[in-house]
Amino acid sequence: MRVRIFVTLKTGVLDPQGKAIHHALEGLGFAGVNDARAGKLIELDLAEDMTDAAIDEMCRKLLANMVIENYRVEKVAA
Amino acid sequence: MIVFPGSNCDRDMAEAIRLTSGRAPAMIWHREAELPEGLDLIAVPGGFSYGDYLRSGAMAAQSPVMRAVAAAAERGVTVLGVCNGFQVLTEAGLLPGALMRNAGIRFVCRDVPLKVENSQSAFTSHYAAGEEILVPVAHHDGNYQADAETLDRLEGEGRVVFRYADSVNGSARGIAGILNAAGNVLGMMPHPERAVEPAHGRTDGRRLFEGLLEADGQPA
Repeated sequence: MRVRIFVTLKTGVLDPQGKAIHHALEGLGFAGVNDARAGKLIELDLAEDMTDAAIDEMCRKLLANMVIENYRVEKVAA
Repeated sequence: MIVFPGSNCDRDMAEAIRLTSGRAPAMIWHREAELPEGLDLIAVPGGFSYGDYLRSGAMAAQSPVMRAVAAAAERGVTVLGVCNGFQVLTEAGLLPGALMRNAGIRFVCRDVPLKVENSQSAFTSHYAAGEEILVPVAHHDGNYQADAETLDRLEGEGRVVFRYADSVNGSARGIAGILNAAGNVLGMMPHPERAVEPAHGRTDGRRLFEGLLEADGQPA
């Protein structure tokens, strides 16, 4: 089973990297970029019988820092 | 002295401890699941443990030695985490909040003025409350963040020990160093171990170690 885990900063948390990306896009002349937020994509190859609860635990214990980040799990069709 | 792969301030810290206490600390590798008996102090050094992979301090926080550090902290052993050590302590849940990328994006490496907010802790008894000291910082992820409720609690309980006197990295309320609720764990981004002898150009960090040496703590 393949899953993609998207780790993003919580709303309201200042994202210096997103801000720099935003400025850089504007610097390149792209108009209409309202905001940019940077996050992480982590792809896992898991045993077929892996439970959702176990995946959640992986995210909360290590993959995301719940103080500042959220995560979203997406299962990838085989 | 805890040593992770990628630690690079462990020897500076060990030297600061040796200079002020006359005793060289044991260097403990991250794979050790048990710490020596009779601990006076656990130091978690700066550097780039595990290459800062995933998040600064995230991998080190899961290492076997950190479970032993958490258990010792629970017993009341004094724990000092500096720079990456502070990041490791927050990731391990020994201190609240998180250290994010500096608001200005850039790595900051310079002496910064710090205000000593609490001189009652074991770490700061040789400083005066409100005193301003000069200590170097060298970090990319020193931007301390926590929710407003946590920040209020830290302030209300006197757990904000050091505050930046200038704008350095975007830290919430200028926080540079905090204590845990019991007061035996300190995490700080500035490097007191880099300011202990005249050859360093400044000695304001020395009193932190001298204060610890004098603190009335029995080895736990």
